[in-house]
Amino acid sequence: MSKAKTLSENLSRAFAGKLQTNVVANDEVTIEVAAMDLPGVCTKLRDSEEFRFETLIDLCGVDYSAYGQTEWSTGQSSSGFSRGVQTATHGYMSFGDELPPAKSGRPRFAVVYHLLSVQHNQRLRVRVYTEDESFPRVPSVINIWNSANWYEREAFDLFGIHFEGHPDLRRILTDYGFVGHPFRKDFPLSGHVEMRYDPEQKRVIYQPVSIEPRVLVPRVIREDNRYFDLTSDAGKK
Amino acid sequence: MPEIRNYTLNFGPQHPAAHGVLRLVLEMDGEVIQRADPHIGLLHRATEKLAESKPYNQSIGYMDRLDYVSMMSNEHGYVLAIEKLLGIDVPIRAQYIRVMFDEITRLLNHLLWIGAHGLDVGAMTIFLYAFREREDLMDCYEAVSGARLHATYYRPGGVYRDLPDSMPKYKPSKWHSKKETDKLNEVRSGSLLDFIDDFTKRFPGYVDEYETLLTDNRIWKQRLVDIGIVTPERALQLGFTGPMLRGSGIAWDLRKKQPYEVYDRMEFDIPVGTNGDSYDRYLVRMEEMRQSNRIIRQCVEWLRNNPGPVMTDNYKVAPPRREEMKADMEAMIHHFKLFTEGFCLPAGEAYAAVEHPKGEFGVYLISDGANKPYRVKIRAPGFAHLSALDEMTRGHMLADVVAVIGTQDIVFGEIDR
Repeated sequence: MSKAKTLSENLSRAFAGKLQTNVVANDEVTIEVAAMDLPGVCTKLRDSEEFRFETLIDLCGVDYSAYGQTEWSTGQSSSGFSRGVQTATHGYMSFGDELPPAKSGRPRFAVVYHLLSVQHNQRLRVRVYTEDESFPRVPSVINIWNSANWYEREAFDLFGIHFEGHPDLRRILTDYGFVGHPFRKDFPLSGHVEMRYDPEQKRVIYQPVSIEPRVLVPRVIREDNRYFDLTSDAGKK
Repeated sequence: MPEIRNYTLNFGPQHPAAHGVLRLVLEMDGEVIQRADPHIGLLHRATEKLAESKPYNQSIGYMDRLDYVSMMSNEHGYVLAIEKLLGIDVPIRAQYIRVMFDEITRLLNHLLWIGAHGLDVGAMTIFLYAFREREDLMDCYEAVSGARLHATYYRPGGVYRDLPDSMPKYKPSKWHSKKETDKLNEVRSGSLLDFIDDFTKRFPGYVDEYETLLTDNRIWKQRLVDIGIVTPERALQLGFTGPMLRGSGIAWDLRKKQPYEVYDRMEFDIPVGTNGDSYDRYLVRMEEMRQSNRIIRQCVEWLRNNPGPVMTDNYKVAPPRREEMKADMEAMIHHFKLFTEGFCLPAGEAYAAVEHPKGEFGVYLISDGANKPYRVKIRAPGFAHLSALDEMTRGHMLADVVAVIGTQDIVFGEIDR
């Protein structure tokens, strides 16, 4: 049995009832837990002898609201396909547009933790979905792994996810006084404002962007039968 | 009695010792640091968001620009993640070429690091020495990809092309006389492998030169020994990887522990520090350069004797050969689809990590089955290291901040992304 399978089974045994999913794919183990269970599960993952995940390698936010959306559908046609139609996906967003409703059927925001055990030479991915979409909240793990400090600030900055218990939740990557959370799918790629020097006012000013949204290669999803494992549930359409 | 209070000092963002655009807000008690608050993001270009709006192959060039002193290692992490999701195999010769260029990249990175670190601490000569060797290594980049820095050489399924049989040569000019260029071109007369082979013979002597300049240098030791000590437990807590972790005494190296490509066939050792101070990290990186040289020699040896393909023949991912395209309809369709639309990845997620010169460089890829990534997260080693700057500098003097920034090997391209 592969190492990942063994880890997955040990996790199921140790956290019975707390894991929403426990998947092994590409030789990587992914578990999902509820936000309220996160601190307890993480503390045990770090301290118990059989897991010993001493290091938080990475923490990132994910916005699932545009998952599975395409800009050009390629179903069946008897008269050919058109490229002239622009659907309002996040690629074509400009100021004031609203995203089409999500159809992925899962909560909008998630936080993904990548853990590493130096002692057992193992990796683990933990995903937590936030419940409230308008005010996403997740307990902070800064007291379990100190490296979470800046990662949580980054996820707050880019996605607007609040980490409860973080002592210093400031923006980190964006400019001083920045408005909005730029990695959300409803934030246009060009941004909302641009900056230039105004010779009349003799100072630097912000103004709405003058860039037209443009997509060179549309986003498409091709159904490729080589990738569907017909024996598993994930492969069934 | 006068009132005594701490004062706040602004360091950067335009400061030669800040290695780019770091703004540090330092709370000082006299000359002693009470708190260091790095303000980053001044080089934020939203690489991850840009990657979401482009087909997979078009983002490889962005990866070069993350850590712009170890370009090919960044590309490696990204293509590994794509290959993992696609489940494709890379020809063995391409794997050797990747390993060889990863190590050349490690030399490039460590040479810049030793140069800049020396300059920060007050040693001018080492910078000039290190850049002399970087010139040769960038010639290797140029020979293989046409670009001296941003190569875009690794592709999903292999590398862009095979190693060339000739090296670019110097031409006489106002600055180089014929006699000088002939001397420079002497080692460049053969193939790229001949040139690299010659370099690996010269390089251990160069490392000896650096060591005579620095290792027992009294000023160098006064500036580095016992500065920025990190215990092994703290190093793990703070998410350290690479030489920063090994300097604290933990023998953790992805090339040994979770080998990718053909690292499991290579013979090399992992240097480990004992005290976890800046001087130990210096020694670790110096030894890593010697070990990288060893790996490059093994790769050259193998590559000389084993010709073969360097790109997968899976035309859903890699473009077909041009001659085939002219004669074969199917090859032409593949070519057209690849360059107008790109390839789709199966829905799912993958995390691939490489032992980057600075630590663990990881790429976390979420795909919803489209020809563009749904989310790319780049795990940059420097981000975790810089977040520990406060802890590492607290209680040290102002001048030691510069030494700690140097020992962390900070590059803002990867931290701000």
